[in-house]
Amino acid sequence: MSDHLDRLEAESIYILREAYNRFPNLAMLYSIGKDSTVMIHLARKAFFGKLPFPLVHIDTTYKYPEMIAFRDRMTKEWGAELVVGRNEEAIAAGMGPDQGRLLCCAKLKTEGLTQMIDAKGYQGLLLGIRRDEEGSRAKERVFSPRGQQSEWSYKDQPPELWDQFNTNYPEGTHVRVHPILGWTELNIWEYLAREKVEICPLYFARDGKRFRSLGCAPCTGTIDSTAATVDEIIEELKVIRAPERAGRAQDQENAYAMQKLRAKGYM
Amino acid sequence: MKHQGRIAPPGKNGREMKTAETLKIVIVGHVDHGKSTLIGRLFHDTGMIPETRVAEIAGTCERQGRPFEYAYLMDALEEERDQNVTIDTAQTFFKTDKRTYVIIDAPGHKEFLKNMITGAASADAAILLLDGVEGVQEQTRRHAYLLSLLGIRQVVVAINKLDMVDYDRQVFQRTENDIRAFLHTLDITPASVVPISAREGDNIASPGDRMIWYGGPTILQALDNFANVRAETGLPFRFPVQDVYKWDNERIYAGRVETGQVKVGDPVTFLPSGRQTEVKSIRLWPNEDLAQARAGECVGFTFADELFAERGEVLARSDDLPTTVGEIKASLFWLARNSFVKGKNYRLKLATAEVDATCVAIEERLDSSTL
Repeated sequence: MSDHLDRLEAESIYILREAYNRFPNLAMLYSIGKDSTVMIHLARKAFFGKLPFPLVHIDTTYKYPEMIAFRDRMTKEWGAELVVGRNEEAIAAGMGPDQGRLLCCAKLKTEGLTQMIDAKGYQGLLLGIRRDEEGSRAKERVFSPRGQQSEWSYKDQPPELWDQFNTNYPEGTHVRVHPILGWTELNIWEYLAREKVEICPLYFARDGKRFRSLGCAPCTGTIDSTAATVDEIIEELKVIRAPERAGRAQDQENAYAMQKLRAKGYM
Repeated sequence: MKHQGRIAPPGKNGREMKTAETLKIVIVGHVDHGKSTLIGRLFHDTGMIPETRVAEIAGTCERQGRPFEYAYLMDALEEERDQNVTIDTAQTFFKTDKRTYVIIDAPGHKEFLKNMITGAASADAAILLLDGVEGVQEQTRRHAYLLSLLGIRQVVVAINKLDMVDYDRQVFQRTENDIRAFLHTLDITPASVVPISAREGDNIASPGDRMIWYGGPTILQALDNFANVRAETGLPFRFPVQDVYKWDNERIYAGRVETGQVKVGDPVTFLPSGRQTEVKSIRLWPNEDLAQARAGECVGFTFADELFAERGEVLARSDDLPTTVGEIKASLFWLARNSFVKGKNYRLKLATAEVDATCVAIEERLDSSTL
């Protein structure tokens, strides 16, 4: 058993409990991917088997059917309250990646999310982003306050010392809380293996291809792989040189694409 | 120091707290002395940067009309690259044969001191970087002082940019003497002082042949020479209550054991309220209840008596209680724009407790920039 995973697990549980204690109206963003799956498992550990807040899924209508089926089955198994958010106006107007990938992300994901935050009045939102995913996420705080429009002031973030998270904010501030910020992609898979947690089957290789990162069907590519089990994926990640999000088309649109999306409230 | 000699018995079910195999290292020092460059170079020389990241960085440098910039691995924000300065702290991951590292880059510019402290506060050890020619500067002193205040005792000093002076040993020795003397005043003894060129790669991952007069470790070796961090199981048991869950007709007291250990059946006391009880069960979902809880573990307790202790109280074993006081003496590093005022009411956070506090006397004051 890896003691580094113990340290990460304890840190994450501490953060989850802190968020639950500090924000009376808290929710967790559930993207159906491996990182959210680990985050939910950690939350069930933190709260002794319960999920004492709703799971929010932002549905762009472009997700793989296997993802939606997995979502519905697992939320039932966990006894979780699932809230599905959709930017109906943009969907009705025919928004899709053909109108520009970044515009589509902004409309269907960022706006879908901010509409949901406004409607439900969530003060805290738990997100499973990780520092090793890409450069702008490497700069994140664990408790990351957002402005009225969910904007991220990445050039002037508050200090964050030890586990004394900043929780005194002006009325109306919404805070993104990142319980697994310090985990790497490899840690996620090692933990899934150790805890025997079920994940979406799209991650496992079929016909020589697998998804390394899950997103919307038109903008998410597969990698060549024969890794068909969690253990085989761990072995593959130890030698792979390409970055994790190489198959995510929106990241590749232009320089600083992710920084610009995230400054406006993207996850 | 009477608790120091206590040795923890091994835990059950393979839950022994072993030494951590991951170490968090912060790189600190004055602005423009080369912190981000050192990190980029370290990753590059050990083949840890994915080729696509190298291509992305090369593309940005080409558009800017400048040579390949190693600092861009950490300085990922557009504003950081345009202004050539690290604005916020960033963390990245690094692996040697010995262990895994979290490398924390800290901004050196005075304006971003709060971000430097944010980065340094989570570190287990530090590399203090200096420009060999410029020597000890304002932020060198301030950052070193903050390391000592944060309790980071494992420090390696790197003296950079020696390529600018033809790897002159005397330049290195002058700066080495200055920084050693200064660190001595802070009670910090550096594990080693390494002459380097982050831009050219000397003494980073390999020694190279331009400083044969130096026989000490490279940066990579210096990292591996740092000691592991151990959970404080040998100290008295302390458990600050983080939250109380009133579910299914019972009260679970949730939190993290900060130090020591406790067993089911141990008599315990909440402080400062003084309520006494006995540990009834130790929860760790989805496992069966535990027989004992140890430093570093996030667990839940239930107790033999119904009590109404709240977040902020500290649980201790009744035979080994901490002292409770109403007045403390503390070193305070003041970051806010408004001055710290004697007699004014402040909110003091200590573990999970939050209390009102007033300063009764300022006994000594020092400006960290003129140490």
